[in-house]
Amino acid sequence: LNTLVFIESNASGATTPASLSAITAATQLGKPVTALVVGSNADSIAPQASKAGVSKVLVAKDAKYDHYLAEEVAPLVENIIKESGYTHFITPASSVGKSVLPRVAASLDVQPISDIVKIVNENTFVRPIYAGNALATVKSKDSIILASVRASAFAPVATSGSAAPIEEVSTVDTDNRTEFVSEELVSDGFDLSSSKIVVAGGRGLKNKATFDELMNPLASKLKAAIGASRAAVDSGFCDNSLQIGQTGKIIAPELYIGVGISGAIQHLAGMKDSKTIVAINKDPDAPIFNVADIGLVGDLNEVIPELTKKL
Amino acid sequence: MSSTKLRILVPVKRVIDFAIKPRINKAQTGVETKGVKFSINPFCDIALEESVRIKENSKDLVEKIHAVSIGPSKAKDVLRTALAKGADTSTLVDVGEQEVEPLQVAKMLKKLVERENSNLVILGKQAIDDDSNQTGQILAGLLKWPQATNAFKVELDGESVAVTREVDEGVETVKAKLPLIITTDLRLNEPRYASLQNIMKAKKKPLETLKAADLGIEIENRLETLKVEEPPARSAGVKVETVDELISKLKELKAI
Repeated sequence: LNTLVFIESNASGATTPASLSAITAATQLGKPVTALVVGSNADSIAPQASKAGVSKVLVAKDAKYDHYLAEEVAPLVENIIKESGYTHFITPASSVGKSVLPRVAASLDVQPISDIVKIVNENTFVRPIYAGNALATVKSKDSIILASVRASAFAPVATSGSAAPIEEVSTVDTDNRTEFVSEELVSDGFDLSSSKIVVAGGRGLKNKATFDELMNPLASKLKAAIGASRAAVDSGFCDNSLQIGQTGKIIAPELYIGVGISGAIQHLAGMKDSKTIVAINKDPDAPIFNVADIGLVGDLNEVIPELTKKL
Repeated sequence: MSSTKLRILVPVKRVIDFAIKPRINKAQTGVETKGVKFSINPFCDIALEESVRIKENSKDLVEKIHAVSIGPSKAKDVLRTALAKGADTSTLVDVGEQEVEPLQVAKMLKKLVERENSNLVILGKQAIDDDSNQTGQILAGLLKWPQATNAFKVELDGESVAVTREVDEGVETVKAKLPLIITTDLRLNEPRYASLQNIMKAKKKPLETLKAADLGIEIENRLETLKVEEPPARSAGVKVETVDELISKLKELKAI
């Protein structure tokens, strides 16, 4: 039994925290872990990955893997699994992992397991369903296990161990017809999905002007990403890319501050795994206070500027 | 402009309505479905809307929109909705009350793609019940077609389709020629409501019912659900009166 883990790098050429969480999960399976790094900068990522408690790093250095197109990466993974007899393939539940893993599953005839939050044993896992309103324990009958890992459930592994050997693997020819055109990454670096602090605004902010006026300074003071409730998005206070919740983004930052958010079910589903939850709302009966670690009942127009000033 | 006609397949899933908080059954085997409102999966609704918009924007380009649902006989309701919103024809693969995993769904969809001679499949990125986010990618893998997941914008230019995708750190654009699989994300469009007139008209549109066996598929789920339980509840913390107290509490919790 051997586990293969897919490692992603970010724009600045470091392994992503979500990949390091995937290694933590893979290690819990109790078998030797091999990390796979791909792309034209794979050589520079490999040394970091090799110190993450793995027994080996495989490197597929080729520019055709640069944007992690599933059409290229999946055949490579399939080939490695078949040739070396891996029993488990783990990816972060990132947009790349979600795109690649099921495509690998198609060619191996395996039912993948998405977004695992706990490993019970080598073929039994816990994963959230219904936007985290329930946790399902599932046991796989497949002979190869394919799973993606929800990063917030596993602490990233440290990359300070002794270096494991690094090996090159041969790339695989495909008939890929998909072409990468361009990308536009969020410029401020405070991406909602990965930011350590999130400040989220709701209907209580009344209008777009107040949303911007109160939320932007608070966010920049805390170096936080800005999010919103569905109600705020529907009311046009902000772009719907900011929506946190069942149909929006699911987040689990270190600190979440909800401003004028009542706490509808869909919104709670998207943020209730945050480490510390702060709720600021003028309605003392708002449901968000039931999940908040710290609640403050008050007028946003006074509380938020004061908070921003004193932080 | 190329003369290739689009034959779009849109799978739609019947799920517990997104506004309802699911309750776990006493036996801890799943969620309570009795007396619960079901609707079309929101992401499937977005996929359907996108298909209908493509047809409305370039009528001559689209030969047909075929909606498919795999589920219980009650899933006819979501197909009627799909027909009312603009699908032309539809198929229900009646699997009874059995849950069907994404790999099995994708195998059935592959058969339907082949039968309908579809060259574009637009489907939701995930269903809001099992939250798997797999079916589109597995289908693409089975068919060996290009896949563009989490679509935020879809632009057709003859046989070439450019899809801007939501990714963790922003958006990226990929391009491929037909045939192609697209999965839809939240921001792609806002689905319409079906008018009463169209709901009446939809009753005359084709809705065939098949069994999995009619497609040559024997459903073979791979995952056994051992238990379904409530996530650990978060207990309410403290209420503070002033901003100063809030800040000192945050410091105490080492949150700032």
